[in-house]
Amino acid sequence: MPPRSKRQVDDQEAAQILEAARPRSFWSGTITFGLVSVPVDLYPAAREERSSLRTLDEEGTPLRRQYWCPKEERPLDADEIVRGVEVSDGKWVTVTDAELEGLEPEKTRDISLQRFVPRQDLPPAYFETGYVLTPGGRSTKAYKLLAAAMEESGRAGIATFVLREREHVVAILAEHGILRAETLRFPDEVRSPREVGLPARPKTIPPTTAKAAEKAVATGKGTALPKDLLEDPREAAMQQLVQKKLRQKKDVARTEEAGPEMSEPVDLLSVIRERMGAPGGTKTRVRRRT
Amino acid sequence: MAARAIWNGTLRAGNLTLPVQVFSAAKDKGVQFHLLHAKDKTQVQQRMVHPETGEPVPKERIRRGVEVDPGVFVFVEPEEVEALAPPASRDLRIERFVPAGTVPAAAIDRPYWLGPHGEAEHARYFALADALDKGTREGIASWVMRKRQYRGVLRAEDGYLVLSTLRLGATLIRTEDLEAPGGESVDARERTMAKQLVAALEGPFDPSAFKDTYRARVEELVEAKARGRRTTVRKFKPKKPAGQDLSRLLQASLKHAAKKQKAG
Repeated sequence: MPPRSKRQVDDQEAAQILEAARPRSFWSGTITFGLVSVPVDLYPAAREERSSLRTLDEEGTPLRRQYWCPKEERPLDADEIVRGVEVSDGKWVTVTDAELEGLEPEKTRDISLQRFVPRQDLPPAYFETGYVLTPGGRSTKAYKLLAAAMEESGRAGIATFVLREREHVVAILAEHGILRAETLRFPDEVRSPREVGLPARPKTIPPTTAKAAEKAVATGKGTALPKDLLEDPREAAMQQLVQKKLRQKKDVARTEEAGPEMSEPVDLLSVIRERMGAPGGTKTRVRRRT
Repeated sequence: MAARAIWNGTLRAGNLTLPVQVFSAAKDKGVQFHLLHAKDKTQVQQRMVHPETGEPVPKERIRRGVEVDPGVFVFVEPEEVEALAPPASRDLRIERFVPAGTVPAAAIDRPYWLGPHGEAEHARYFALADALDKGTREGIASWVMRKRQYRGVLRAEDGYLVLSTLRLGATLIRTEDLEAPGGESVDARERTMAKQLVAALEGPFDPSAFKDTYRARVEELVEAKARGRRTTVRKFKPKKPAGQDLSRLLQASLKHAAKKQKAG
């Protein structure tokens, strides 16, 4: 996905580093539903793995990315850098972090469910990023109550909330007794078929054409997904290539040090599983006995 | 104004062939920030430097490689990376149709509209959209675009075909792989009240009610500063949670919702 802004990219990178260092939720807060509060922790439902390809020098030393001033031909420290927007050709407006912070929405920890909509009314084109919610407090009662009420009535809750300095529209959905969230795109971030210029539906569709389409959709009753559906074929091919070269002892470089940022990957699934089973687990552990 | 197609190809599902165009259904908005050298607003670049000396490494000496063991790298040449690309094709293959909802939500990346390529295809395009619009099946698609293998899920929305790309090689958390939280079971009376409250707050999905106010404020700020105006900085205030008796809160919520409905 193309980045929205440098600021967001920085925040995402920061969040990823944070996440890699310590298995923790992105966000903790409270879903309110009428007067009922449901404390929750938010975890990403998908984590994209980085490509295994690294940038090296000729000796095989992993290189580091450095901010650089092309005019003075020297590295720059963080405090020498500001954010700017090009308002006209070559004219820049700079914006400080303090100014941006002042524009941030109020830092509430609430997802206030104001409205419930039929689940099938949510257009998939609006879905942006998915999250899994685990119970945040010590009691799971309110969590289970909200999940049961939404799941049994086939409804999803809609709210706005603040995540990473930005306001998002979010849909809260219940599946198998588990709450999950999808941030939704704002309406001006979605193109309608009309905007794209798709043609209007013809008045009539020949019955034989309709039949042929229905038949195509109905055939291949396979219910399962192809096994490798979600594998990255490029990464698999890359690993094959690399293993082959390694066996042939071709283009292998040994360096003194390991590559940077090769920290143990966090097993997101087991972290979430643990949090589902033992809400507030870490909190109880630190509680002092008297 | 019609958008430009990002890809043209032929959708193939069994015996059915349909020339299609692919259009982006999402557009990323927001102020595009760049990093500048504060001193003179020179645009900042990124260079690859040696981790110890900090010396920039010139492009012609930069290589790429995969770490196979700590500190052991296998170099990969650009031609070798190029050779990994799948063979070019203009086919959008629908590998199979599966029951709707089979593709996990977490795997879905970005949505694209499919359009019929040429007037002659309209009937067949809308017939396929109709067949999928019943919401019982979804198609698993596979195609090659810009030298990369893509996979996607084909569905219908508002009578048109939507192709959503899938995140490949990502770690996914699906609710079916998780166990619902344990603990106290939900009280039957509370469950009924909670469902009543959901019903009382029910309405249609109206996306036009939402505006990205943060983005609007950033745009305003930039505009004001471009005109040389000064701006003020606001403070935020946090909120605190409260303890609860579920039955009592549900009852009060229901009463409140009923009053609101009566009022209009």
